[in-house]
Amino acid sequence: MNSGHPATRINIKDLSKSYKTARGSVNAVEGFTEAVKDGEFVCIVGASGCGKTTLLWCLSGLHPQTSGTVEIDGVPMEKPMPDKIGMIFQDANLLPWRTLRQNIELPFEIKKKPVNHQLIKELIEIAGLTGFENSFPGELSGGMRQRGSIVRALAQEPEVLLMDEPFGALDAFTREEMNLLLLKLWHQTKKTIVFVTHSIAEAVFLADRVWVMSPRPGRLQRVVDIDFPRPRTFELQYEPRFLETLRSIRDDVQGAEIGNELANGEVK
Amino acid sequence: MATQILDQGVPDFEKKATDQAAGASNMSAIVNIPGAKGIKEIAQVIALAILVVGGVELLLVLTNTPEYVFPRPSAIGVSLVQDFGPLYLAPLLVTMQTFFYGLAIGSSIGLTLAAVLTLKPSLEKLIAPYIIIMVTTPMIALVPFLMLQFGFGIEPRVFAVALASGPMVMLNSATGFKQTSGALIALGASYGATTFQMFWKIRFPLALRMIIVGFMVGSIFGLLTAVGAEMVGGGSGLGNRLVYFSALIEMPKFGAVLVLIAAFGVSIYTIFTLISKKWASWEA
Repeated sequence: MNSGHPATRINIKDLSKSYKTARGSVNAVEGFTEAVKDGEFVCIVGASGCGKTTLLWCLSGLHPQTSGTVEIDGVPMEKPMPDKIGMIFQDANLLPWRTLRQNIELPFEIKKKPVNHQLIKELIEIAGLTGFENSFPGELSGGMRQRGSIVRALAQEPEVLLMDEPFGALDAFTREEMNLLLLKLWHQTKKTIVFVTHSIAEAVFLADRVWVMSPRPGRLQRVVDIDFPRPRTFELQYEPRFLETLRSIRDDVQGAEIGNELANGEVK
Repeated sequence: MATQILDQGVPDFEKKATDQAAGASNMSAIVNIPGAKGIKEIAQVIALAILVVGGVELLLVLTNTPEYVFPRPSAIGVSLVQDFGPLYLAPLLVTMQTFFYGLAIGSSIGLTLAAVLTLKPSLEKLIAPYIIIMVTTPMIALVPFLMLQFGFGIEPRVFAVALASGPMVMLNSATGFKQTSGALIALGASYGATTFQMFWKIRFPLALRMIIVGFMVGSIFGLLTAVGAEMVGGGSGLGNRLVYFSALIEMPKFGAVLVLIAAFGVSIYTIFTLISKKWASWEA
């Protein structure tokens, strides 16, 4: 491929997803068309209930879309693609009866392939988990558990990492650390990342592009290119251009949300 | 948001029936009686036991209570030691045999049924009423009928123990399987886990704590039924000896059999507590 035009990793065409509930059918996502390039970091933001998590789960193959297509490297997605896609959930989802190392090795067991000890060792080191390999999840902090779950996903060497509000349950300081760690891992591994978050600041700080979604039905409202230089540091967050970008996205999200969550300055 | 999505999609079979089956058979509290820790606490426990047993002994001596009204602990102890070989060993072995055969049959059927119901939740509504009936009906009531079918050997008793313990194992195991978190199932699915892998790697270990509780409760019900069935019919086992010695007003021997049954029950409790500590002591 031409270096100026990286290959399309994920191609989403006219994707819709509706749920049947007791009160009838709900269109969570409607007519969504976009693409993610190889090695790109895309963040999806939007007000609570805008369908961003639903969209991500469609991309993972765990919740197939109602209509439209998702293609990964040109292959239509019909079910989860464990060799191509790593999914990181809001909870670390470590099995409590397994040690950290055994948790990281779980996908190898499921896929019945030899454990890549060297890679695991390296990832554990980058994630700052060295020395905790034999600890049980109950003995680790929330941040450490989530780092463990990221190592578990990356050890599979997926091309795409889908992250569903992975740091939403962590405190602000841990969250900042995790953001830096994620950027570092992304820089080293060159994965394609789609990252759902309800924090606009987090999205702007991390992403190459931010997809802003509007709720009910969930539609793509705007795509914002974030071209701040990399590697990024936290100093960026205090620069006027960062705040301007933040402001303009927040206005969009605010315009789309009628609820009063925003009155408190809290975007969920 | 994620949980909401889960309820609507991927793995929705664990969610619905959690509260139906848990009910009265959910005796997880029984596993959580704190054990003694440290020499001091153990010494206190032993001291209290000596005090209670000694107190009973003293009271019986002081009130000059005849042996046929209430046997002295010392007399029971002497009989246990002296007569263990000739009088108690054979019935103990019979009861143990009945118990273990019954538990093995009952629990394997119960556990299998629980696993099947987890994978085929639509069957649950059909089977649930029968399980409830089996749990709530004392299976000893069936022993006279079973004896007509199977004769006077240990077979009818084994059958009764299986009927008593199986549903307990099943109910608690099914409750455990249903507690499987949707998030962990989604995790397994994202790595392409098969139904079989999902069961052995995620559902089963997650349910293990409740399965062990099921085995403990099932065993206690099973022992109860074994001894009860021996009292009702058949010529062997500890239950039979209880009836025999009380008929002869041999109260120290009656007491010795009682002590053996109690020891049996406590051993069951201890064994399963240890198993639970060893295999299912992780923090959620």
